[in-house]
Amino acid sequence: MKYLALIYAEDKANPQPNTPEFGQMIAGYQAASKKYEEDGVVLGGEALQPVETATSIRIRDGKAELMDGPFAETKEQLGGYYLFECDTLDDAIRYAKMIPSAEYGTVEVRPVQTYDLD
Amino acid sequence: MTNAATDAVHTAIDYTLRQDRGRLIAALVAAIGDFELAEGCLQDATESALKVWPSKGIPKSRRGWLLQVARRRALDRFRRAKNFEKKAAQIAVLERSEVDAPADTHDIPDHRLRLIFTCCHPALDEKTRVALTLRTLGGLTTEEVARAFLDKTAAMAQRLSRARSKISKAGIPFAIPDTDDLPERISSVLSVIYLIFNEGYAATEGAVQVRIDLCEEAIFLARLMVRFCPGDPEVSGLLALILLSHARRHARYAAETYVPLFKQDRGLWDAKLIAEGLSLLESALQKGRVGPYQLQASVSALHCEAKTANDTDWVQIAALYRLLAQIRPSAVVDLNLAVALSYSVGPEHALECIAKLATDLGNYQPYHAARADMLRRVGRVGEADAAYGLALDLTGTKSEQAFLREQRQKLCTGNGDPH
Repeated sequence: MKYLALIYAEDKANPQPNTPEFGQMIAGYQAASKKYEEDGVVLGGEALQPVETATSIRIRDGKAELMDGPFAETKEQLGGYYLFECDTLDDAIRYAKMIPSAEYGTVEVRPVQTYDLD
Repeated sequence: MTNAATDAVHTAIDYTLRQDRGRLIAALVAAIGDFELAEGCLQDATESALKVWPSKGIPKSRRGWLLQVARRRALDRFRRAKNFEKKAAQIAVLERSEVDAPADTHDIPDHRLRLIFTCCHPALDEKTRVALTLRTLGGLTTEEVARAFLDKTAAMAQRLSRARSKISKAGIPFAIPDTDDLPERISSVLSVIYLIFNEGYAATEGAVQVRIDLCEEAIFLARLMVRFCPGDPEVSGLLALILLSHARRHARYAAETYVPLFKQDRGLWDAKLIAEGLSLLESALQKGRVGPYQLQASVSALHCEAKTANDTDWVQIAALYRLLAQIRPSAVVDLNLAVALSYSVGPEHALECIAKLATDLGNYQPYHAARADMLRRVGRVGEADAAYGLALDLTGTKSEQAFLREQRQKLCTGNGDPH
């Protein structure tokens, strides 16, 4: 089953560059990536640029509206994702727990839709 | 088709499902690999039984019949599914079980441990875990589970349906958790069982009911866990705690009034359950891995072992609560410690201890009731009266209200108990 791990964090909770916490976070992500590759569970993943760079699109009555910013102003914002291929939710959770941002933000794990149900 | 025939069938099916729902669902999920589908197939088999048994007669092995029909239903659905090649493995398993179909219910393998871990999975919220466990393993009807939570049946049905859907769609596995995850997962199951017991113990409606059926459900589930995890002292500790508490149930109410521990007729306590609880606790403690359930069971054991209220070893009880406060700190534990200290040291000291709990426990009835009692014992009658008032405001059950009113009344007449 495919699972998307969505990484949410408050911008100011993210470790700042050139701090020891930042170094720890990078190391954490590197260790996680290594494990994902070894176990062959990762299909993809990216960090996103900060939420200030976001553009949101809505089409209503055939008219496209563009908004400057994310779709919702929430305290924790989407910062990146991983796409996993795992047998069970327990496996997906185990891998998602390795994401350093989970320690100060939230990682949402959701199964990808499949269309072979009768 | 006579009404008597259909009534008899209804009774037979209700009884079988109440007894064996857990075992049946577990066997089906193991064979089918899908919780939602398993529920659906059992539902189909039940409807089939309602149609067929009145005329064909009630089969000798009702469990076996239901299981066989449910499995056949699943097989049909898999074969007709668009992606049936993907289901080849499941189809093979089901076909094989058709050949080995048990004529006798003893052959139904017991996968209930896997089922209880599934129902108590941390990916489900706590209320859902409790509800799903009660429904699937406890044999309660959806309506009965709804009543336990004071919910409408339709709302509970939807909650359960969503849970099963999530289990299937999110891939919550039907398996005993990995060794690494096991301690946390066992803990999750134990807290569901504990919640069920407490719900049974604490009457939340206006009437006197100690909901004995929920207590019995909790005991059944705890026994199941002990059977499956015999070496785990906290699992045994929980069963011991539940048994020791349940043993006192017949002494807890008299003339529709709640009777506190120190006034209970100890002759009404269930000696057999106490003996079992004490024995379980002793074996658990010998393992040298003390935890919160063993500690709470130890407190309960000290109460059960005291011949009269005056023989209660409050010093030991206080020591146990101090230990519990270290490993599982909470305001409620602090309150219980203070109550113990009110007897081992004195009510004045206890009042000092609970002063700092006022904010955290402001809406907690036992806090006000305990405080009222301590104030009464030191002669601060006016404050005691006010505290009883606060306790009464927070009390839902008529039996507890009756008890508190009685205590409050005694303040006026100066007829307090010697404690």
